[in-house]
Amino acid sequence: MTRALQGSSVASRINESIPGAATDSNQTDVWVSPQSILEVATFLNGDDALDFSFLTSITSIDYIEYFELVYRLLSMRNNHSVVIKSRCYGREDLSVSSVTSIWQGADFQEREVWDLMGIRFDGHPNLKRILLWEGFPGHPLRKDYLGQDGEMQRPEDLDV
Amino acid sequence: MSEMKSEPVILNLGPQHPSTHGVFRLRVTFDGETVVDAEPVMGYLHRGSEKLAEGRSYVQIVTLTDRMDYTASMSNNLAYVSSVEKLAGIDVPERAQYIRVICAELQRIASHLMATGFLLNDLGALATPLMYCFRERERILDMFEMLCGARITLTYMRPGGVLQDAPAEFWPALNTFVNDFPGYLDEIESLISGNEIVLTRTRDVGILTDAQAINASITGPMLRAAGVQWDLRKANPYEIYDRLDFDIPIGALGDTFDRYMVRVLEMRESIKIVEQCIRDIPQGPIRTGTPYFIRPPAGDAYASVESPKGELGFYLVSDGGISPYRCHVRAPSFINITALRDMLVGWKMSDLIIIFGSIDIVLGEVDR
Repeated sequence: MTRALQGSSVASRINESIPGAATDSNQTDVWVSPQSILEVATFLNGDDALDFSFLTSITSIDYIEYFELVYRLLSMRNNHSVVIKSRCYGREDLSVSSVTSIWQGADFQEREVWDLMGIRFDGHPNLKRILLWEGFPGHPLRKDYLGQDGEMQRPEDLDV
Repeated sequence: MSEMKSEPVILNLGPQHPSTHGVFRLRVTFDGETVVDAEPVMGYLHRGSEKLAEGRSYVQIVTLTDRMDYTASMSNNLAYVSSVEKLAGIDVPERAQYIRVICAELQRIASHLMATGFLLNDLGALATPLMYCFRERERILDMFEMLCGARITLTYMRPGGVLQDAPAEFWPALNTFVNDFPGYLDEIESLISGNEIVLTRTRDVGILTDAQAINASITGPMLRAAGVQWDLRKANPYEIYDRLDFDIPIGALGDTFDRYMVRVLEMRESIKIVEQCIRDIPQGPIRTGTPYFIRPPAGDAYASVESPKGELGFYLVSDGGISPYRCHVRAPSFINITALRDMLVGWKMSDLIIIFGSIDIVLGEVDR
């Protein structure tokens, strides 16, 4: 069985290396500050005991007050996993550091988060929309996006 | 000749190219006939499944999952209902778990047969090998029809079990299939595996190394062909996989031939699994009494299964309501093409088609 590492023990390991990066933790999850994501990712990937060399997925949730980014990490060698979460407050001009330099697997997934949720990833080599076309108004997975069937926009209606 | 000046040529493969297996566009830059750059362009089949899920009840969403990887609906159903069961704390009766595993393995065979058939199609062996593969797939679809009346978009699984017990005529059909299939697979293999043209075209072509595959989050037969023994059925067993005896075939090089071979070997392992399930399946209920409208407690859950394409996971967030607050799909087809550019650069046009074909993507799942 894949062992889910205790959130608090991973949080203390992170804070030993990057003081103040991990802000909270529970049974399975660790919350880190959005400014420290790249540093935390570098540490988790490079640490020999943790060995998180595989990025299972990146996703995001709109909690209206803040956006939560969810990074699911796995070590195939040790067969253990951890969930790293990060809260971004505000609704405009959100950005966090891209982790594509550490895990190539983040490439399309970060583009998907930008496309559908509207969070920018600084340092991403090719941050374009991936499922929708350039010029699409808004980010559909946000809770304030009101794209009803009658209001659906077609590419030819747009000035692109 | 090397002083001759030439301009790179940009060619759009797709969105309607037959080798893209759906509506997918590859924007390829060629130098002569050699690929120097490739950029996948997707989204032609984007239906906003994740957004649609936010407005549907937990049981209704099962129908949306059918339409993601439409060549492996059973696996999608299984991944989704596992996630709901984890979120809401629903137990599944043992008989239902056995039926689910039988369905998931039959679906794996059906999906791998399609992948194999279309790979040969892309190689230029038009239609004949594909028809051999479809002949067997047809029998699996017939069995699914006995289970739930549908053949492609099945919606057979429910949170807490399956729709209904397998009818009496299902078991003899399954037995016949399990007895016949290894022979048919030998037949297909005798046409393909030792074929000189196939070997020349696929050996050492489009190599993806284990380190590259892990760094690019690649899962499924592609990862195993690169020599990494990682299969969620063994690494993180769900349902009743921990009671079953089967092997995880791996490749040596990670080339196109290994990806084909791993799929063939996996089909043989799937037959072993189905045989054990037929032998061990207990009597009993096939579904726990869950209400139609499930209200899981606030929280989140992630469950994943080894689908024919790789790790298929559903991440559900509940706010206590009748529909999920957020439903995210970790789609293997989508993530498996991350390393596509690295695999294609340096190869010729004709190799591009089979390297891409050997990845085995389904656009319903890429675009969701």
